[in-house]
Amino acid sequence: MATPKEVLVDPIFNNNPIALQVLGICSALAVTVNMSTTLVMCAAVIFVTTLSNVAVSAVRNRVPTNIRIIVQMTIIASLVIVVDQVLQAVAYDISKSLSVFVGLIITNCIVMGRAEAFAMQNGPWLSALDGFGTALGYSVMLVGVALVREPLGSGSLMGFEILPRVTDGGWYPANGMMLLAPSAFFIIGLFIWAIRAWKKDQVEEADYEIAPNLQYREVM
Amino acid sequence: MLEHYLGLFIRAVFIENMALTFFLGMCTFIAISKKISTAIGLGIAVVVVLGITVPINNLIFNNLLREGALAWAGFPDVDLSFLGLLSYIGVIAAMVQILEMFLDRFVPFLYNALGVFLPLITVNCAILGASLFMIERDYTFMESTVFGLGAGVGWALAITALAGVREKLKYSDVPEGLRGLGITFISVGLISLCFMSFGGIDI
Repeated sequence: MATPKEVLVDPIFNNNPIALQVLGICSALAVTVNMSTTLVMCAAVIFVTTLSNVAVSAVRNRVPTNIRIIVQMTIIASLVIVVDQVLQAVAYDISKSLSVFVGLIITNCIVMGRAEAFAMQNGPWLSALDGFGTALGYSVMLVGVALVREPLGSGSLMGFEILPRVTDGGWYPANGMMLLAPSAFFIIGLFIWAIRAWKKDQVEEADYEIAPNLQYREVM
Repeated sequence: MLEHYLGLFIRAVFIENMALTFFLGMCTFIAISKKISTAIGLGIAVVVVLGITVPINNLIFNNLLREGALAWAGFPDVDLSFLGLLSYIGVIAAMVQILEMFLDRFVPFLYNALGVFLPLITVNCAILGASLFMIERDYTFMESTVFGLGAGVGWALAITALAGVREKLKYSDVPEGLRGLGITFISVGLISLCFMSFGGIDI
């Protein structure tokens, strides 16, 4: 049985949802062009994951197993509707720029994955910690990506200028690629490399071992 | 008229590719692209499900949920669009279930080929994403059918391309930390850059 602290802290680096479990990648890539949308998205995911874990875990003993997916879906969809309506009322601009991605939290595999893998087996309190921790691991990754993309792509952070661009009379020629979709893939790929260089146990086994090249000895 | 639909189809396949420009369905895209044969199976399943659910959700939105859509039932002021998300995901889950039973009964060879991928499709964000885009762009019924099929074909194309790259990639000597997931991300990035070259085409 994992201690509450492990449940909360593990997903941040040791078992990161994006870098190791391959969950919730879609939104990680699409909303990280600038920092403010990223933060809103992270807050929404933290809210939905924590509460859906609590709710799923609270009803886990009363739901027949063959309809559990539909029950989980309904819980998650209701929570996402709440988030969507609140965002439209409070921060309309950000809600517009997130467009379909708020709705897509429903099919964000992190939420479903944690409900299915953790909340179905554990009590509400531990599940809440697990949901919060996993969503935090997701947020760390997203904020990291946004931290690279926004300054390099548009020379600003949260809308404040930090690298004066050439077009505005400064010295920094903005890197347009950082605003485009593919840059997010490269940055996440490099992050995964960095994490795995630090935590060696996450390195994947190679399918094939490359034999050392011995032919030059015969030539000699 | 035909030209309009053809343009919409081409745009959904190449220019606005679900996987490579909108990053939808990424989890399955990366998790299930190790072999070309499974990738093609999953691709076909996505085309079928998208081609059915997008038009159905279009009908539901226009006839039940849209503001004023319930006028035929005597409620001209009712706006149920906040129930959208719940209904779309319900339709998708139900359609996938029905499709599974239908294929099992009538087209067993396709059912066996698709195997576990069918139920997995429910949580593929590309499916829900296409429905949401259809609402956002206000497509008609015919347009949404074409868009659904096009989006599915585009996604299938992308996953097949990635599987092809990954099959070759496993014979190469990748640095330790990048092995597996890391190098996959970087190759998806490169494929996605290639697809950006369609971006300038205006149809």
